[in-house]
Amino acid sequence: MSESAGPLLVVDGVSVRFGALIAVNRVSLSVGRREIVAIIGPNGAGKTTLLNAVSGFYQPYEGTIAFEGRDRTRLSPPDVAALGIARTFQNVALFKGMSVLDNIMTGRLLKMSGSFLLEALYWGPARRQELEHRAFVERIIDFLEIQAIRKTPAGRLPYGLQKRVELARALAAEPKLLLLDEPMAGMNVEEKEDMCRFILDVNQEFGTTIALIEHDMGVVMDISDRVVVLDYGRKIADGVPAEVRRDQAVLDAYLGVAHA
Amino acid sequence: MVDLLYAVAVAPFKDMAGAPAFLIEVLIGGVFAGLMYSLVALGFVLIFKASGVFNFAQGVMVLFAALTLVGLLERGAPVVVALALTTVVMVALAFAIERLVLRPLVNQAHIILFMATIGLNFFLEGFGEMVWGANVKKLDIGIPDRSFIVRGVQINQLELTAALTAAVLVTVLAVFFQRTRIGRALRAVADDHEAALSIGIPLKTIWIVVWSVAGVVAIVAGLMWGAKSGVQFSLSLIALKALPVLILGGFESVPGAIVGGLIIGVGEKLGEVYWGPLVGGAIENWFAYALALAFLLARPQGLFGEKIIERV
Repeated sequence: MSESAGPLLVVDGVSVRFGALIAVNRVSLSVGRREIVAIIGPNGAGKTTLLNAVSGFYQPYEGTIAFEGRDRTRLSPPDVAALGIARTFQNVALFKGMSVLDNIMTGRLLKMSGSFLLEALYWGPARRQELEHRAFVERIIDFLEIQAIRKTPAGRLPYGLQKRVELARALAAEPKLLLLDEPMAGMNVEEKEDMCRFILDVNQEFGTTIALIEHDMGVVMDISDRVVVLDYGRKIADGVPAEVRRDQAVLDAYLGVAHA
Repeated sequence: MVDLLYAVAVAPFKDMAGAPAFLIEVLIGGVFAGLMYSLVALGFVLIFKASGVFNFAQGVMVLFAALTLVGLLERGAPVVVALALTTVVMVALAFAIERLVLRPLVNQAHIILFMATIGLNFFLEGFGEMVWGANVKKLDIGIPDRSFIVRGVQINQLELTAALTAAVLVTVLAVFFQRTRIGRALRAVADDHEAALSIGIPLKTIWIVVWSVAGVVAIVAGLMWGAKSGVQFSLSLIALKALPVLILGGFESVPGAIVGGLIIGVGEKLGEVYWGPLVGGAIENWFAYALALAFLLARPQGLFGEKIIERV
């Protein structure tokens, strides 16, 4: 079997610099297959920067990133996507003019085979292929309970639903690794509970490995298998939620003030 | 006062009803011109949709394509070979523009990219004339500029060929970009670059495709206009006629470019023939801009443009 034993994602000593500012400083972490790993830390700790480095939007200044045991440190975002890494954005990045259905279908572009240009000519097979993909997308729509809004332009949806559609688009690519940048930011309690349930379901039913950035500590402790804590660009803790919760460095940097 | 009202609001329509065959000729002339405007406008729309860039150089691309075509024909190349070579040149141009202009300017403000296309405009104009010379040239592609008569309506063969070609091209492009996967990718890129990248759409490919298509559209426009009125610098000015078309149709709408072109083509011909004598003619020259101005006041997003609603 091709399912090798090592972790799915290995980040080794990665730094990202913007001029003199070192946003991520020699961070190493790994994400095992089927794991849910949360990356937490105060504002400006470098969480999103790290995510951007993994998804190819930033190039690391030093260090390596390996996916499925192969080095992929310097790839462009489309190449990273082609490896099977999908992501969502902190400030929802949907195609606002398109319907929800089209947004999610767009997420499946990589799964569609054949040459870009020939496709316009082969009407029959292209049409059949379109229908197959459509069926898969409908399953995701059912799964995330967004049937009612499938024809609505994404830009008109309330924020919480936009986040859900963005998750649906990422899932449409059938990713091996799903990167979620604050999937619950700006949501009310009920929406957060829904989103937690979806993340757990995705992990269990599709076997998708998930790395997520989140601020809501309750959520993080509930759904993660493991928590990595960043502060000022450095990793200060890494372990199961119960451990991290008791870690003195973490309490000082992040939770200490809140629990004082 | 009553006389004036009669002359403006009644007499032209009586004229139309009085000579239906002539009215049809005028309408056909308008549709022909309109399709050609649509074709040029389409070049703008494609690039604007994919990259948010208003390509100031589209008109010069038409001139450049026509110059290349004429130059090759003058050197004895058969029409088919000349067309194929011109296509190769325009696609090569698309690659060059992506590599030398767009890629270094990625993530820059739209105005910067717009300025870059102004530079491209001057470069292409100078380069085209340097290579092919600045004289007015006759473009002969073997379609005679003759007319024939169907049921009392006079139809120009060259105009008919041009209109049919434009109609076919416009339809093919509309289907290609509305219904295919690449069309969806194109719309995705137009909406959000980052999100498009993250789901695996290579911006590079999309840009090369749209600039190539804009180049091919420029060839057809240059071919048709050039055959009619000669290949010369003024060819690049038909881009100015495409502007009102874009304002009418909306900058991001392929059907809008088609409908807008037809409205302007037919409108200006009707205005010229039936209302022109009242003001001493030349309505054809300003009709499009007056209509565009009215649209800017009443419906700035155009007929088919997306109404921009910002959440606050």
